[in-house]
Parts: sequence; structure tokens; C-alpha cells
Amino acid sequence: MDFNLDPKHQMIKEVCRKFADNEVETIAAEIDETERFPLETIEKMGKLGLMGISIPKEYGGAGAGYTGFAIAIEEISKSCATTSVILVAHTSLCASMIYNSGNKEQKQKYLVPLAKGEKLGAFGLTEPNAGSDASNQQTTAVLNGDHYLLNGSKIFITNGAHADTYVITAMTDTSKGLRGISAFIIEKGWEGFSFGPPENKMGIRGSSTTELIFQDIKVPKENLIGKEGQGFKMAMMTLDAGRIVVAAQALGIAEAALEESIKYVKERIQFKKPLSKQQIIQFMIADMATEVENGRNLVYKSAWLKDNGKSFGISSSMAKLYCSEMASRVTNKAIQLHGGYGYIKDYKVERLMRDARITEIYEGTSEIQRTVISSSILK
Amino acid sequence: MKIIVCIKQVPDTNEVKIDPKTNTLIREGVPSIINPDDKAAIEEALKIKDKQGAEVTVLTMGPPQAEYALREGLAMGADKGILLSSRSFAGSDTWATSLALSGGIKKIGNYDLIFCGRQAIDGDTAQVGPEIAEHLDLPQITYVSKIRSINKEKAVVERALEDGYEVIEVTLPAVFTIIKESNNPRYPNIGRIIDVFDNMSIDVWDEIMIKLESEKLGLKGSPTQVLRTFTPPIKAPGKMIEGNTDKEKVLNLLNNLYNNIVK
Repeated sequence: MDFNLDPKHQMIKEVCRKFADNEVETIAAEIDETERFPLETIEKMGKLGLMGISIPKEYGGAGAGYTGFAIAIEEISKSCATTSVILVAHTSLCASMIYNSGNKEQKQKYLVPLAKGEKLGAFGLTEPNAGSDASNQQTTAVLNGDHYLLNGSKIFITNGAHADTYVITAMTDTSKGLRGISAFIIEKGWEGFSFGPPENKMGIRGSSTTELIFQDIKVPKENLIGKEGQGFKMAMMTLDAGRIVVAAQALGIAEAALEESIKYVKERIQFKKPLSKQQIIQFMIADMATEVENGRNLVYKSAWLKDNGKSFGISSSMAKLYCSEMASRVTNKAIQLHGGYGYIKDYKVERLMRDARITEIYEGTSEIQRTVISSSILK
Repeated sequence: MKIIVCIKQVPDTNEVKIDPKTNTLIREGVPSIINPDDKAAIEEALKIKDKQGAEVTVLTMGPPQAEYALREGLAMGADKGILLSSRSFAGSDTWATSLALSGGIKKIGNYDLIFCGRQAIDGDTAQVGPEIAEHLDLPQITYVSKIRSINKEKAVVERALEDGYEVIEVTLPAVFTIIKESNNPRYPNIGRIIDVFDNMSIDVWDEIMIKLESEKLGLKGSPTQVLRTFTPPIKAPGKMIEGNTDKEKVLNLLNNLYNNIVK
């Protein structure tokens, strides 16, 4: 057993750290405050190889697997969760779904430009009445000669208005529930495809979250991913791995909160000594550090399982469940340690706490993760 | 065009802490990095490669773990990495180091340019580059801040001075020492990192392969004698002389000098 990063992952970590310090941290507070989508960072991430980090080289990716992917997301999230969620939605959902389930032509046409960072991707599963209950999808795709006619809408879609390529699900057979769901690739600019206004969010405010509206969109038959009725299964397979990087995102946010807290408690003088000399503060730091370490072990183990072709679904659910709730606890404590200053936007922990909260909700809520974990144990 | 870049793996001095009891560097757990001036030298070579094509070789002398620094150079875009590593090299001062590197450079052969960083952040000697030029009997330009033009025969470069720069034309081959202010080194591409570790190998050469006798290398071949090492004393902070007018400030200064020094 070896808990050390191997040298190539160590180098990926160092490069991502430097990149995040120089290119991401510098604008993080600004894009949060102004809700600005950081297009310039996406271009830089493409050049670095981040946009296709887990996608094999033959499709234009970096071939760094999920260990490399998780490390990159962890490092970027320490600086800015807005930036990391753009990458998570693009790579772990949109590009990975095409990689996992698309055919040769779809991979050449759509996956390669996504992996190279030339196009931005989004993934649409959630609907107003189909959140955790994906079987209640209202969006329909009806076969009509050489194309499907797509009608309905998706909500809370990350990269919504800024993406070029969208992987979405729709009912091709409303009588079959989950087995009636199919997945399609659609492109921005197609007739009948429009967007709702951007959501005004609590956290990850620089990311774009919008509704996708489909009105009689003609989707060519060849843009069906896999076969009719396989959409839900393929989406779940993609989300299983996606949980590793959402967990890594939560981990990165928590690590940043811990780092900020350590710095602060050493500097802040109360009762004529630094806060770090008070036992109650020391114990809070100890608890936060222990939780972060726990989370990191879960994330890296899940990534290792995935990269080594082992079953990782339960591990990734545990990582996602634990890290997201841990990030909320740790960022909450970080604010407590900062006292009144922690409640002010001038301090990074304020943003970290708002950003942490969403990780308990998206890509499968904590409740869904508990369902997944317990049903595999108690079956 | 063939460019050889000599680099050194150093402890990241931003992360180094001093043991207050022994006054020595705590090296444990300190990350190793490519010396910043050397990284700028790699970038300068890669800029030439991007513009007009060049084969870039990164060369270092060090323990086996220095391979990591070479791989970082490869990940940035260098074509080959060569590590000079042997027990005979241990304890080398700048003279023995430059001799070994010159031996490596001779074995590589057919070079047009040798790049070094100005100086290393752990030793600060700035001697290895110039010494390589002497061993190889090549012209040298130190403190290069910009390469204006370059072809197979000659180069025109700017050499940084304290209050400006010199423009120098030099015939090739030549040795340049590069300053870190000359550029912003690129980030290694992540796909390239994977390639470098999965598909590329580093050549490791010892003293026999570079045709040097072990007596001339390492501690034995090092004329430098270290008398003592010490932490520079911390200077007292400066004092601002206050006053409403210039005359008052001068009077206060004189009073200060008289009371604190003369009296």
C-alpha cells in the first residue's frame, strides 16, 4: 500500500497549484461579486490540457485519468469553485458521457473539440419536476423520419448559456418511466433552442446557471447517444464518476477554509496572545484538519479505484456525501474562527462557505447518496 | 539549432525555514523546484524552438531524484533530458560541477548554444555558467535579459546591467546565462506531463561516460574551502526622522546622531 502521489500526479498538482495561484485566485472574488463568467480562464485551461484532463489522448484529452482530474479540481477549488464547476460540468458530465457512450462519429465530431477546450460543454438532466426523481421527466423526443422533435426544458444547467455542445435527456417513450429516457447531443444555435435568464445564486456566482428551452428542435437521428431507452443508465454511469470530482471540489473548498483559518488564528491577537494559543481554537483547527484528511483519503481512493478498473460507485458516493457535508462544516467553522471578519466579503472564507453549500445538492443530493450507499449495503 | 540548457534542482527557498536552535536550514519536507533563473533559461530555449525550430536538451548534475527536474523541463517542451549522477560527483563545488557539466556537454556534442540560469537560489554564486564557458573555450554573455535575433552563426542579445542594458553581438556557439526577469516560463501541458512520465526516458551518465577522472570531480576536485556558514545578522529597522520643516528634520537628525552616537 502506498499513500504517496506518484511523480506524474505530483507534477500535475504543482502545475495546477501554480496555475490556480496566478490565473484563478487573482479574479475569484471579482467574478463572484459581479457574477462574471470567466471566459478567459476557460481558454487558459484549454491550453493547459485541463478541459479534457480525464479523456484519453486519442480523443484530444490529456489522459490523466480521474486521479489527475481530482487533483486538478482540488487545487483549482482551493482558489475558486466557480472555475472548478465549469470544468466539472464540461469534462466529467458532457465530455465523459460522449466518451463513455457515444459512437465513433460522435466522438470525432463532438468529443475531440470538447477535450481540446475548443468548445464548451453542458449537461442537462434536471427539470422543474424532475430533480432527484429523474423518472418524472417531461421533455420529449419524438422520432419523425430522419430526426427527433425535441420539446420541453431543463433547469439549473451549469455553463447553460455559454456552452456550445449539450448532452441532454428526453423521454422517447413516456410509458416506460426511467427506461423511456434517451440521451442526445444538441448544439447551440439550432432552431428552437433558447435559454432562460441566468439564476442569481448564493454561491459559485461566476458560473452560468440557466434554463434550456427546447421548442420543436429537430435533432438528427445520429445525435442519439447509445440506443433509445438507455439515457438514464448512461447518465447514472457518468454521474457515478462525476461524484469523484464534485467530492474533490468540496475537498478543495474545505482545504482553502482550513488554510485561511490557520493563517488567521496565528495572526489575530485576543487576550494578549494569538488565537492559536487558545486551546479551544487549537481543538477546532484539529477537528477541521482531521475532517479534511478524511475527505482527501476518500477522494483519492475513489479516483484510484476508477483508474484501476475496479468498482468505484459506492466509494464515489461516500466521497461525495462526506466531502460535501464536511466542506459545509469546515467552512462554517472557518467563519466562526474569523469572528465578525468572517462575515465580511473582504475575507475569503465568506465566499468559501457560500460555495461549499451547493456541493451537498448538485450531482445527487446527500439524500440520494445515502440512498445509493445504503441500498448497496442492505440489498 | 541545438540548445543545451543546464539546470539545477534546488529547495524552494520560499518554503525553507531556519531551525532557530541550530541556525541551519530545515530541508525536510521542503519541495524541490527548478532554480528560477534556470527555468527562465528553459523558456528562452523553448521560445527559440517555437519560432525557428531547435532541439532542446536539459542537462543537470545531481542525485537520482533530480530526474524530476529534468522531467519538468521535458514537460515544458524540451526534447531530451540527461542526468549526470554518480557518487563521484557528490560534494562538488562550482568548479567541479562546471567541469562535469562541460563533460556532459562535450558528450552531447554539436551544440550551437549553452544556456544556464544566472545563479542558483541556494548557493547564489553565479559561477557555473561562466566556468562552463571557460572549460569549453566558448564566448560567454552573462545576465542575458533578451535575445533580439539569432541564427546558426550569430546572436544579438541584451545584457542586463544595474542601470540599463548592453547590446552584444556574439558568434555561436556561445554560453548565455539567463536572468529570470527575461520571461514568464510556460505551464507544462498536462497531456505532455503524462507523455513525459509514461513514454520518455532520462539518460543517466556517470564520470566514465563523460570521460573524466573521479579525482577531478566531487569533493576531491573542489578547491573551494568552506570556512564557516552563518545566518546574516538581522539589521535593525530604519528610523524615520520627523519634523515639520526641512530645517527641523535636519536639527532632529543631528540631535539624534549626537545623543545616540557621539554622547
